[in-house]
Amino acid sequence: MIARLLHGVPKRALILLGLLLAFLLVAPLFVGNYILSVLILVLYFAYTGQAWNVMMGFAGQLSLGHSLYVGLGAYTAAALYVHFGIGPWAGVWIAIIISMAAGLVIGFLAFRFGIGGVYFALLTIAFAEFTRVGFDHFMWVNGSGGFFLPVTQYSVNDPLNLRGSPMMFYYILLTITVLAFIFCRWLLTGRIGYYWLAIREEPEAAQTLGINIFRYKMIAVAISSGMTALSGVFFAFYYNNLFPEQIFSMNRSIELILGPIIGGVGSLFGPILGAFVLTALAEALNDIMVALGYELPGVKLVFYGFCLLFVVMWLPNGIWPPLRKWLKLEDRS
Amino acid sequence: MSATHLLAVTGISKSFRGLKAVSQASLTVPQGGIVSLIGPNGAGKTTCFNMIAGVFKPDEGSILFDGRSIEGLRPDQICHAGIGRTFQIVKPFKELTALENVIVGALRNESSTRAARKKAEGVLDQLGMLDKRDQPAAQLTLPERKRLEVARALATDPKLLLLDEVMAGLRPTETDQMVAVFRDLNRKGLTILLIEHVMRAVMALSQHVVVLHHGQVIADGAPEQVVRDPAVLECYLGEEAEV
Amino acid sequence: MPAELILTVAVQGILTGLVYGLMALGLSVIFGVVRVVNFAHGEMMTIASYAAIVAFGAWNIDPLVSMIPIAVLLFAMGYAMQAALINPFINRPEHSQFILLAAVAIIMVNGLLMIFGPDARNVLVDYALDSIEVGPLLIDKVRVITAVLALAITAGLFAFFKLSRIGKAIRACADNHMGALVVGLNVKRLYALTFGIGSAIVGAAGAMMTLLIDTTPNVGPVFTLQAFVIVIIGGLGSMPGALLGGVLIGLTEAMAGLFFAPSAKTMFGVAILILVLLFRPQGLLGRKA
Repeated sequence: MIARLLHGVPKRALILLGLLLAFLLVAPLFVGNYILSVLILVLYFAYTGQAWNVMMGFAGQLSLGHSLYVGLGAYTAAALYVHFGIGPWAGVWIAIIISMAAGLVIGFLAFRFGIGGVYFALLTIAFAEFTRVGFDHFMWVNGSGGFFLPVTQYSVNDPLNLRGSPMMFYYILLTITVLAFIFCRWLLTGRIGYYWLAIREEPEAAQTLGINIFRYKMIAVAISSGMTALSGVFFAFYYNNLFPEQIFSMNRSIELILGPIIGGVGSLFGPILGAFVLTALAEALNDIMVALGYELPGVKLVFYGFCLLFVVMWLPNGIWPPLRKWLKLEDRS
Repeated sequence: MSATHLLAVTGISKSFRGLKAVSQASLTVPQGGIVSLIGPNGAGKTTCFNMIAGVFKPDEGSILFDGRSIEGLRPDQICHAGIGRTFQIVKPFKELTALENVIVGALRNESSTRAARKKAEGVLDQLGMLDKRDQPAAQLTLPERKRLEVARALATDPKLLLLDEVMAGLRPTETDQMVAVFRDLNRKGLTILLIEHVMRAVMALSQHVVVLHHGQVIADGAPEQVVRDPAVLECYLGEEAEV
Repeated sequence: MPAELILTVAVQGILTGLVYGLMALGLSVIFGVVRVVNFAHGEMMTIASYAAIVAFGAWNIDPLVSMIPIAVLLFAMGYAMQAALINPFINRPEHSQFILLAAVAIIMVNGLLMIFGPDARNVLVDYALDSIEVGPLLIDKVRVITAVLALAITAGLFAFFKLSRIGKAIRACADNHMGALVVGLNVKRLYALTFGIGSAIVGAAGAMMTLLIDTTPNVGPVFTLQAFVIVIIGGLGSMPGALLGGVLIGLTEAMAGLFFAPSAKTMFGVAILILVLLFRPQGLLGRKA
């Protein structure tokens, strides 16, 4: 299996990856709380972007409603914890199952009824919106009033209940992100990966080569939605508050896909690079604004918009492919 | 139907919005044979192919492959039954390399990607494309893409290969190379049904020719016999047969 | 519940729905010709709404008057957007176009947020609270006026496409892109014109909308979604379909607001959308692709 994961990966790429990982491992020991919170955000977007990338980058199905899976994951785990005392590491499995079920329903309806392209994207938005309004009125989780997790002192880390210091959250998230990276590499180098890319490139030809398109698209949706649910669980326990209006919003969906798009849709490292670049730029902008004494709402998102515009116009494949060439790492990693 | 027929198509028809593209067409392909399907443009050849390959379900008629009824199956099921095909308008997986394109096909019968890679390299070698293995399909020339289509289909280990105008646009020497490749494959046991306009290839390859005109089979026989058939000559009149 | 109340709400919903339909018509026209889904449609409408609010606040111009210069302004904006941004994207994959326009939408919403802040604004004309008595029903005057205007604009647009030279050229372009190129039509210019026309329509709708609802920057994405829902229900690319879809959504929302909670009304619209996508993906009045 290791041989398969490493097949065709140049040594330089491994060294660079190792250096990056080493940096991420020791970084929290040297930085303050603020930088740590930024790094958590980076990892959060890197992981969630990776999850979205499975569906769009690998299998070619554009979802603009991924906030649905974040929200379902977050609410499920939070509600299980608050109402039944079920810890997040047990709850996460139920969260994943529920998100996957939602993804599979949408996938089934879309793929069986032959809804593709823009229509599929709209269907994903529609389901996310539908759910958002539904949760606004879902009183078991306090509707639009917001759902809150009990916040305790961060004196002792309790990883089993995901209660503790940002440092603990950071390392948990780092582990998840690394595992997701390896998992995606494993998917991509196997049968599923070849089949997804074939479906993304030319569905008709893929089918002629014996690929059951419906089944493999469904697998992509299931994996992507399940992975995204996990980031929702993390979100719930890290931020401790959930509002349908925020977590299910279209803005959130778009925010999630910015990283992979800026980094490079369809590449493994693109989402990670994109998350770094985007978060770093946004925070830098924030700092500049604060330093200048401006406090305008919306500046950050205008900036995101221009980044997106710039990338989609001049770097249609994202930053990573040209950077990869420059680093002489010709591989799909 | 004799048991030696690998493919037996009987009386298939297909209409699009009331327009009959294929009407009551029948043809057989013997085990180990090479059969050409020719006819002027718009005669319904590709529609016939698409029905055999599972893209369309015939309105009527039956398709027996290897003694089993296959009409109405999906293209991926047809592939699993043992039929490979190429597209007239090539459909390479553009962002994948030539080798990766063929690996996708090879995974049909291979359980691991490593085995599929090995097999794909073999198929590329057979078609003289091993030196292009790491080039993205988008960068290949048209003749190379046509060969890639064939390689991809071959990698699925078909019993019957459907070739849809793979010689079009090739230079005569390239055509001869392709003919040699198909002869070789045929000698090794592959049965082939091809749609072709390039008569040079048709005459060189096929043991049997079926002529389709306005969706109907108007001639069916040995190549030398069919090209002398007055009905065939008439339907090509005004049409330019590439020689 | 008294029948008069239900009937009043239903009629008001239909009238509002006609303005919704007008807004969606812009999206439909653009898609029908350029084959690009304008993901910034609601945001463009919101820009028009703010223009009307500013015109009213600064110079006391009635939105029904300011809607003419606003439509011209939006035409210019749409024309420029198509010429500068979208034309280079015509042959790019759908998701690239989508992301391009999503980026434009994000910039618009948050640009408005930076300029006007998050608070709701509206226009209070002196006839805002007048109503018209129709039998036992009391119907808001502004709703009647805007609905009639929406119908008139639609009729005008219909005539433009059927009768004028440019309108015919645009339709030819929509029917057969290659053919239009072959006979020497300047397709890119026609696309820009079409995007301009679609934008002008949504501009007029945006100005009118200030009389009916409160405007905040965040209604942009809501109306983008609303416009999608309407045109997909009616049939993407069909002009009567857009109006029908608008009326249907207006009515559904009014009824949902009356019988359930007003905040749940978008859920019903989206539910209809999902049903239409599944069972009649070409829309109620759309042609099969």
